[in-house]
Amino acid sequence: MSIPYLSIIIFLPLAGAIAIALLPRADPKRIKLTAAFFTLLSLVLAIALFFMFDRSLAGAQFVERVGWIPPLNAHYFLGIDGLSLPLVALTALLGFIAVLVSWKIELRVREYFVWLLVLETGILGVFCSLDLLLFFLFWEVEILPMYLLISIWGTGRKEYSAMKFVVYTLLGSALMLAGILLLYFHAGTFDMVELAQLGLGPALGSLLATAIFFLLFFGYAVKLPLFPLHTWLPDAHTDAPTAVSVILAGIMLKMGGYGMIRICIAIFPQIARTYAPLIIVLALVSILYGAAVTFRQRDLKRLIAYSSISHMGYVVLGLFALSQVSISGATLQMVSHGLIIGLLFALAGLLYDKVHERDITRLGGLARQMPIMVVVFSVAGLAALGLPGTSGFAAEFLVFLGSFRSTMVAGIQIYTVIGVLGLVLTAGYILWMLQRVFYGPPKADYEGAADAGKLETFYALVMVALIMLIGIYPRILTDVINMGVLPILAPFG
Amino acid sequence: MPEVALAIFLLPIFSFVVISLIIRPFLNKRPQLSWYVTIASIGASLILSLWMLVEVIKAPGHVLPMPDYQWLVIGDTSIHLGVMADSLAAVMLIVVTVVSLVVQIYSRGYMHGDPGYCRYFAFMSLFTGSMLGLVLADNLLFLFVFWELVGLCSYLLIGFWFHRPEAARAATKAFIVTRIGDFGFLAAILFLYAKTGTFDIGELQHLALVGAIGGTALTWAAIGIFSGAVGKSAQFPLHTWLPDAMEGPTPVSALIHAATMVAAGVFLVARLFPMIASSYEAIMTVAIIGGFTAIFAATMGMVMNDFKRILAYSTISQLGYMMLGLGVVGVGVARGAVALEVGLALGVAVGIFHLFNHAFFKALLFFGAGSASHATGTFDIREMGGLRKAMPWTFATFLIGSLSIVGIWPLAGFWGKEQILSQAWHYAPILFYLAMITVFMTAFYMFRLLFLAFGGEYRGGAHVSLRESPAVMIVPMVLLAILSVVSGWLPISEFLGGESHSFFGALASPMAWASLLLAALGILLAYAIYSKKWISAESMRRRFAPLYTIVSRKYWFDELYENVFVVRILVDGIFALFHWFDDHIVDGMVNGIAGGTIAAGREIRRLQTGQLQAYGLAIFIGILAIIAFFMIFG
Repeated sequence: MSIPYLSIIIFLPLAGAIAIALLPRADPKRIKLTAAFFTLLSLVLAIALFFMFDRSLAGAQFVERVGWIPPLNAHYFLGIDGLSLPLVALTALLGFIAVLVSWKIELRVREYFVWLLVLETGILGVFCSLDLLLFFLFWEVEILPMYLLISIWGTGRKEYSAMKFVVYTLLGSALMLAGILLLYFHAGTFDMVELAQLGLGPALGSLLATAIFFLLFFGYAVKLPLFPLHTWLPDAHTDAPTAVSVILAGIMLKMGGYGMIRICIAIFPQIARTYAPLIIVLALVSILYGAAVTFRQRDLKRLIAYSSISHMGYVVLGLFALSQVSISGATLQMVSHGLIIGLLFALAGLLYDKVHERDITRLGGLARQMPIMVVVFSVAGLAALGLPGTSGFAAEFLVFLGSFRSTMVAGIQIYTVIGVLGLVLTAGYILWMLQRVFYGPPKADYEGAADAGKLETFYALVMVALIMLIGIYPRILTDVINMGVLPILAPFG
Repeated sequence: MPEVALAIFLLPIFSFVVISLIIRPFLNKRPQLSWYVTIASIGASLILSLWMLVEVIKAPGHVLPMPDYQWLVIGDTSIHLGVMADSLAAVMLIVVTVVSLVVQIYSRGYMHGDPGYCRYFAFMSLFTGSMLGLVLADNLLFLFVFWELVGLCSYLLIGFWFHRPEAARAATKAFIVTRIGDFGFLAAILFLYAKTGTFDIGELQHLALVGAIGGTALTWAAIGIFSGAVGKSAQFPLHTWLPDAMEGPTPVSALIHAATMVAAGVFLVARLFPMIASSYEAIMTVAIIGGFTAIFAATMGMVMNDFKRILAYSTISQLGYMMLGLGVVGVGVARGAVALEVGLALGVAVGIFHLFNHAFFKALLFFGAGSASHATGTFDIREMGGLRKAMPWTFATFLIGSLSIVGIWPLAGFWGKEQILSQAWHYAPILFYLAMITVFMTAFYMFRLLFLAFGGEYRGGAHVSLRESPAVMIVPMVLLAILSVVSGWLPISEFLGGESHSFFGALASPMAWASLLLAALGILLAYAIYSKKWISAESMRRRFAPLYTIVSRKYWFDELYENVFVVRILVDGIFALFHWFDDHIVDGMVNGIAGGTIAAGREIRRLQTGQLQAYGLAIFIGILAIIAFFMIFG
């Protein structure tokens, strides 16, 4: 038997969590080092996987499949293809960085890292599962740690935000579960690869297939989040501790986009096509409305959170434009946004630690005190507004290019141009934010505020390097992603 | 050898990388190094550009074959990047490298001792490299990438002194206003790609000329592209960012106004001229916007009191001339009045020849502004005066620059302007008359500036001892002054395929005399008001009070855009409505529905304060129960 790489990557963080829970002495330093060790190991393996991945194969690789619940025909079935590999790598990276971001945590350190690591295992599992029941199980794993992390280590109205997150997610999960079960009762399998090949849409009759499609879609639309299901996001992101915001915005939102492509579109291509205009309109509302509301935010974290809604709209636009280039672009956008928003949240948290202020109207002139922060924050901001040379441009450009040329959706050119308008708004709120936070005369209140330390500079520069690498040489990911997109578009001929 | 062309733009970018990754972090004690690296890289680019110019001159049809690299392949979409070495690129390379090099030399004096010295030269290198890449790009995507990087560098350099709120605001404004234009540009790129499956400029032009893309589609694409140029070249109605952009260090202004950034818009129209000129509506738009901007900006230039602001309006006005030149020839082509091949080359020649000459005298004028403020500590011309005596070099060179921009024979500015006027005369008489009036206005505002700043007696504070700037600033000015005289004598126009002109022959045309007369009248009026004070400026202002208010308030465009449109209509209007909607309707509805759940949650929390793990455990057990349920009953 070959080495079960995926299982190892997925469960390394969980192993770390167990190790931390069992550590004899609750020395914070040791706990943090243990957490860093296990997540780093997982990251190293994920990177190795990235290089071992065969870029000429379309199907799933590193497959592990063993019987799990025989009466249900459910399997412990893992595998990754071009769509999941970049997201697995992103998760492993942000998982490790989240530990570094949490280095200054002092409250209930042991529990904090236990939950953080359990969370990572759950997300990794989602991206690797090829069995729907297993997928669902992993999907649910994140709820408890997330609830606790926000409500205990958060700030502001943390209980409210945590509860709101849970209510939304559970509502989405409940509908998704209903969809999964309906699917199972009619197809007799949880095997996602098989389900995608069955051509279920026509077989089930349009009403039932549509119902299942939207039950599943709802769960992902909550997570992504798509307008009008987005209001949990600003609360949760704002009140969560920094590292959790990084994970939440950086990877968990991508579970929504991933679910849409991997399950909704792959299993019900025809229905996806039928309802694409409706979904794309919601995506455009997310892009423009999200950007408009972002303009109004005074809280730095909340501003970044709202910008996420706008940027995830591009993912949905690209996915449901249903062309090879647009879906590749959308997947690239998930990775790119994960890096950019992860970095932005990490920096916003860091900024708060240094000056104890998140109200943009009261900040200002920090560029002088924080020469490193201003550079990194600017790069992340410029990437968010889609500056060429950064991943943001490569991804959004591919989304637009692919969408505009798509032949699958009527009127897509007009939708795409409306989407491009979002770039102007993004430039507006990002630059306005940078101006109000960093520029202007230095303020006496923040006299002597420290800049980013060595550790922070290290992980920030790593992320900057990746953002620029993908921006300058997007093939490093698109060649992989493309292999994952091909089978999904096969039903369209 | 063709790969050497890549070095032309990669060298300055490399300089940026070296300064920001090596010199700034590790050798910050010796900031001078960053200057040396910058000078070396741009100097090398200049030498390579000269080499390329020679090669292009020798090449048949003035085009060199260049390599092409694959950047991205997804399915049947394959994106190539490559460079284009033709006469247009060759001329632009010379403009950019020469002006940039001179600006860097001047900057050494101007930026001496600034705490951001390394950062300054890093950005300047990137700025130059990006502009060179833009000029060399052979396809729209590649061009757009550098187009945006040029915009980024302007942002960074305009906001260079970021602790000044005006600088930060001006930087943001420049980026966002130009990005509004870029929206149209990007949409046009997508549109053209969807229609033709290519980004390649040569192919696109070919397709437009043979009629494979045409009609309304082509018009929209051309107008989209032109909207990008309108933003970058600060044409009406996206002109508002450029006058504010003077918040950056003065050498930056020189570079922005002369050879990079604003030149990019004119270059873009020239680069895609065959395509844009294939649509009569589009090219007419170019001509009208250009002609209107020329006179519109000139009116504002006549009443400003800030040295650099006057120059900024003069730039907008001159860029309008260039657009006008491109536009009117294109109109001739579109009407069939000129043979296609001849007309296409002629249009580019007319527009770019003026850009070429303008680059030198405009950089010179900004250097003069920098030198004058270096001595007086202000840019307000009401607080200057009498600089002629204390700063003879600055005065002499500034006078040459002024005469050149006004278009006095035989200085550089004369030649390009004459070509534009004569083309306008042929194809768009109304625009021709506007352009002639602009000549008068240009002469007036430039000499108003000159008399106020350099003439009369010093009006500033007594504590300032006026002194001429150091040699490191004067030498570049003298160099540019020479170019401002002779650049028009170079056969640039012929090289680009335009008309040739003879040194004295130009004076045979009555139009030349008409424009010289108007220029002289403008100078005379400025002399009468500001030097001899035969006419009181104050009484003029009172007599034309309403007009003066309108113009000096810049037609209220800043208020309209910023206060009314952005703040009132968008941020505090529509966006505020959305914000309210989000908080009260979208979220309110959800909170209402979830109210019961939340209340229940509150109860549980009250019961189990501090026992959150237990509470969480309950959720977990619940999930396990669900799964167990399916395992048993599924």
